[in-house]
Amino acid sequence: MSLFSAVVLSMPIWMIPFGAAYPDILQKFVIFGVFAIGYNILFGLTGYLSFGHAAFLGVGSYTAVWSFKLLSMNIIPAIILSVVISGIFAVAMGYIALRRSGIYFSILTLAFAQMCYNLAYSVLTPITNGETGLQLAKSDPRIIDRLFSEAGEGLPSTTLFGIETSGYSGFYISAVIMIIVFYFSLRIFNSSFGLKLKAIKSNQNRMRYLGFNTKPYLLTAFVISGMYAGLAGGLLAATDPLAGAERMQWTASGEVILMTILGGVGTLFGPLLGVIIIKYFENIFSAVSQVDLHSFYAFLPAWLENSLVAISSMFVGEGWHLTLGLLFMFVVAFLPGGLLEGVEITFKKLLSYFQKSTSKPTKEVDTGANHGE
Amino acid sequence: MASKPVLQVSNVLKTFGGLKALNKLNLSIEEGTVHAIIGPNGAGKSTLLNVCIGQLTPDTGSVEFDGKNITGKAPHEISQLGISRVFQTPQIFEELSILQNVMIPALAHLDGQFTFNAIKDLNHRRDVQDEAMRIIEEMNLIDQLDDRAGAMSRGNKRRLELAMCLVQKPKLLLLDEPTAGMARADTNQTIEILQKIKASGMTKVIIEHDMNVVFSLADRVSVLAQGTIIAEGTPQEMRESEIVKEAYLGGAKI
Repeated sequence: MSLFSAVVLSMPIWMIPFGAAYPDILQKFVIFGVFAIGYNILFGLTGYLSFGHAAFLGVGSYTAVWSFKLLSMNIIPAIILSVVISGIFAVAMGYIALRRSGIYFSILTLAFAQMCYNLAYSVLTPITNGETGLQLAKSDPRIIDRLFSEAGEGLPSTTLFGIETSGYSGFYISAVIMIIVFYFSLRIFNSSFGLKLKAIKSNQNRMRYLGFNTKPYLLTAFVISGMYAGLAGGLLAATDPLAGAERMQWTASGEVILMTILGGVGTLFGPLLGVIIIKYFENIFSAVSQVDLHSFYAFLPAWLENSLVAISSMFVGEGWHLTLGLLFMFVVAFLPGGLLEGVEITFKKLLSYFQKSTSKPTKEVDTGANHGE
Repeated sequence: MASKPVLQVSNVLKTFGGLKALNKLNLSIEEGTVHAIIGPNGAGKSTLLNVCIGQLTPDTGSVEFDGKNITGKAPHEISQLGISRVFQTPQIFEELSILQNVMIPALAHLDGQFTFNAIKDLNHRRDVQDEAMRIIEEMNLIDQLDDRAGAMSRGNKRRLELAMCLVQKPKLLLLDEPTAGMARADTNQTIEILQKIKASGMTKVIIEHDMNVVFSLADRVSVLAQGTIIAEGTPQEMRESEIVKEAYLGGAKI
C-alpha cells in the first residue's frame, strides 16, 4: 500500500519520459482512477455491467459546482455533497435497475443515464444551465465564504483551506483522495462483503439457496460505486469548476467500461492501468503530429522515413481511436483478464526463464518493460 | 419412531401447463430420519424438492417446516430457517477456491442473510475459517484447499457442495441424487460420508436412483409416481411391495 502511494505521488517524476508530466493530465489520471476503481467494485465484483455510471459523474460535478456557487469555494463541502447526492441518485437508480440482471440491467442503467443527460439539456436547464454548462459567477451567494470575508474582485478559485486546487496541488489533493478510496476498495476486496459479491457473480442462485438475500448486497455495491463516480465528478469540478451535460453522455459510461476491461476486470490495479492508458492515448497520442513523426524517424533514409510516417500517422493524432480500438480488440481476444493479466503472464514467464538460465537476461527484460507499459 | 414431523407437505398441487407435476401430494418427514424418495423419471421428485426450498410456489396446499408455514417464502428465508439442498448438478462457485466456497455458507450461517462488513479482512474471521476447515477436512478436500472449484472432478464437486450444505448445520438436508454420474469408488465414498452424517441425527431427504444407496442409508422410503406418493414404508417393505414393482421397477426383480 505504501509502495502504491509512493508510485502514485511520484507520478509527476516518472511520467516525464512519457511526456505526461503536466498537472492537467495527471489530475485526469487520478480522478478517472477514482471513477474506475468505483466502477470495478460493481462490475468487477458482481459482474453487473452498468452503462449509466456517467450519470453519477455528472451529478457529482453539478453538485460540486452548486456547492461552490451557494456555499463555499472550499472543496470539502463540495466533495462531501457530491458523494452524498450521487449516492442518493444511485439508490434510486439501483433500486429500479437491479430488479433485472444481465443485459436488461445494462439497458435500464443506460436508459436512466440518457434520461439524466437529456433532462440536463432540456427541462433542468435552470439547474444545469443547459448547453453552456454550469459556471461560477461573481454574483453567486457563497454563504459560508461570506461569513468570513467580503467578496473579492473577479472570480474566486476553488481551494482547500486556502490551497489552490488547480495545477500540481490539485493533482496531489486528488491523488491523496484516490489513494484513500483505493485503500477502501482494497478492504472491500478482502472482506466478507467482497467475497459474497464475487460469489453472486459466480452463482447468484446458489447464494440464494445458501440463505443470502442478494438484492441488498447488489444495491450496496451499486451505491458504493455510484458514490465513487460522484466523488470523481466532484473532483473534476474541484480542479476545474465547470460542469456540462456531456459528462453524463453514454460515451462517458462506455469509457469507464473500456478502462476497466482494458486493464483487467475484477483486479485491483487493472482499472487504474486502463485509465492511464486511455487517458494517455486521449491526451498525448492524439496530439502527435506529422512533424513529430518526421523527427522521430529522422535517423532513417528519406524514402523509408516518409513511408513510415505515412503508415504511423494513421495511428496517431486523429487516428488515436484506431490504435485504442486495435489494442482493445487484442486485449479482449487474447487477454480476457486484461492487460494486467498480460503483465502477470510475462512476469511468470520471465521468472521461469531466469530460473532456467541467468546467462542472457538483458534482452528479456526489454520485452517485459514494453509489456508493462 | 413417533417423533414430530420436521417437514410436512400437505395437499400440494403444482401444475406446469396441463401437466400435474405434483398432484395433491402429502408427505411428512420425521425428525432424525433419513427418508428416501424414489420413483420413475418425471414422477415429480425434483419438483417436490423445488417446492420445499422455495424455488417454486405450489398452486395450492402448504409446506410446513419445523412448525412454521414456509409456503411461498423466498429461498433465502427458507435456507436461513434450516433447509439446505444438494443439487443434481453441483451448484458451486466455480471461479472461487474450495476454501472460499465453504466459507460463504459459513458466513450465511454465522452472519445471517444480510450483513455489511466491507472493512474487516476475512482472514481475521477465525470463526468462519475454523468452521470451514473442519468440514473440508471431514470431506477429504483438504489437499485442494486453494484450488479453483471449477477445475475439480465431478465427484469432488459433489462433495464440495455437500460440505457447503453441512457447514450451515441445517435441520433438514435435501439431497437430489447425490451419487448420480459418479464412479463406483466415489459412490462408495459418498455413502460412507452420508452414513457418518446420518449418525449425527440430521434429518435428510434423499432422492436416489441407485438402490444400493437407498437401501444402505434410508430409514423410510416413499415411492412417488405421477405426482403422488403411492407407497411408503421401510426399505424392506418397499423392496417386497407389489405396487412399487409395478410402478417403478416395471416388475423386474431387485
